[in-house]
Amino acid sequence: MSEVSASKDHEDAPRSQADLVVLSGVNKHFGALHVLQDIDLTIGRGEVVVVIGPSGSGKSTLCRTINRLETIDEGTITIDGKPLPAEGRELARLRSDVGMVFQSFNLFAHKTVLENVMLGQIKVRRTEKKAAETKARALLERVGVAAQAEKYPAQLSGGQQQRVAIARALAMGPKVMLFDEPTSALDPEMINEVLEVMQQLAREGMTMVVVTHEMGFARSAADRVVFMADGRIIEQATPEEFFSNPRSDRAKDFLSKILHH
Amino acid sequence: MFDFLDSGQYDLLGAFWVTAQLALYSAIGSLVWGTVLTAMRVSPVPLMRGFGTAYVNVVRNTPLTVVIVACSFVLDQTLAITLGGEDFKETGFRLAVLGLTAYTGTFVCEALRSGINTVPAGQAEAARALGMSFTQVLTAIVLPQAFRAAVTPLANVIIALTKNTTVAAAIGAAEAALLMREMIENEAQALFTVFALFAFGFIVLTLPTGLILGWAAKRLAVKR
Ligand SMILES: Nc1ncnc2c1ncn2[C@@H]1O[C@H](COP(=O)(O)OP(=O)(O)O)[C@@H](O)[C@H]1O
Ligand SMILES: [Mg+2]
Repeated sequence: MSEVSASKDHEDAPRSQADLVVLSGVNKHFGALHVLQDIDLTIGRGEVVVVIGPSGSGKSTLCRTINRLETIDEGTITIDGKPLPAEGRELARLRSDVGMVFQSFNLFAHKTVLENVMLGQIKVRRTEKKAAETKARALLERVGVAAQAEKYPAQLSGGQQQRVAIARALAMGPKVMLFDEPTSALDPEMINEVLEVMQQLAREGMTMVVVTHEMGFARSAADRVVFMADGRIIEQATPEEFFSNPRSDRAKDFLSKILHH
Repeated sequence: MFDFLDSGQYDLLGAFWVTAQLALYSAIGSLVWGTVLTAMRVSPVPLMRGFGTAYVNVVRNTPLTVVIVACSFVLDQTLAITLGGEDFKETGFRLAVLGLTAYTGTFVCEALRSGINTVPAGQAEAARALGMSFTQVLTAIVLPQAFRAAVTPLANVIIALTKNTTVAAAIGAAEAALLMREMIENEAQALFTVFALFAFGFIVLTLPTGLILGWAAKRLAVKR
């Protein structure tokens, strides 16, 4: 818990200590489309940052650049003080420190739930099978799907699959977790079970970047809300500030749309 | 009607046994070679991708007879590479396995690539996000799923391969088609019987392949 409170006033803390993810001057194009424009974003250790914005504004792309699933054209991204390496062994190591949870879960379809959570530990961390299994079972217990360990992903509900995906990412012991609309593909009755797991993670001090339109989650778990539109960060504020008093017209417009439907 | 078989002049079972071995070794060889070709074709290294694509397009579009005769001429008769074969038949057999592998590998590669296309991009992406290397992503995530989706097209490739073994007669491998040619020459009066006999022999070899792999395709299918 101390990590969480430390992060809330990370502005005052010495930079090198508190900042975990730093993007500066990041630009990216998809052909003619300037999808990320001069992005400067700093995420403190233990901080929970919610990214919101209209569809197509570049939120997913931003997430994906942080573990270099997408390359950038300009600017720098550092994680824990180290710049993102180019493709290769170094990059693989870095990626294993950055957990990622996708909208469509992406559990390995030919592996059981348990194997899904063990695979990264064995292949990337070179953990022994026995130890990997123990850890996997503990994590599945923690996200509440231990009873499904021997099943295949297709046999689980969406909410269960997403919780397994979170366990799979946590198994690597990541420094930061990225969530790209983790509840958008879920039936309404399953959204809460996933948000609860995320809330618990936030309380435990995990550094998190969460793209979501779940305002309840943003209000209760986020330290900061980042609003994006057209590839730019338009404004950043605490959740209370942002939801009660958005400064930009784009944000006002966006909030009026999502809060009134 | 089958009395010419009783003469002991023709070793029918022996010839089909050679055919079965030819098919088996070439099947194993082409599965391995086809997997390697597939890995090359999806590799991030442009040189490998280029080689894989060029190889598949050239060899797949060359008649099998040409591939096998080329193996025989270039390797055996020009370079005197017999692949350790003791005599003419043995060398013919080994070169035929090589030629069939070189040729069938391209079809395995195409079947596997169609299998890879059934694997959603998110699968590889999730594996990369965990920190797996290209080789790990390919061998632990993509190829296992691609193989399961490709069982049916692979079964067709194996069946075609079994029938293609007849081309090996061209370089003297002592398989079924060579014997058939001999029998047609000597037993012209029983032409229809000879044809029926060999057709039946090939069905005995290929039908179980199709049935077993059809069953496997259902069992192994990845549920999404
Ligand atoms: N691989 C890609 N190739 C080309 N355009 C892309 C690609 N990925 C995303 N885009 C485009 O980039 C823009 C931003 O996409 P995205 O980051 O997914 O936005 P968001 O997650 O905010 O909805 C969209 O216009 C989208 O069509
Ligand atoms: Mg998105």
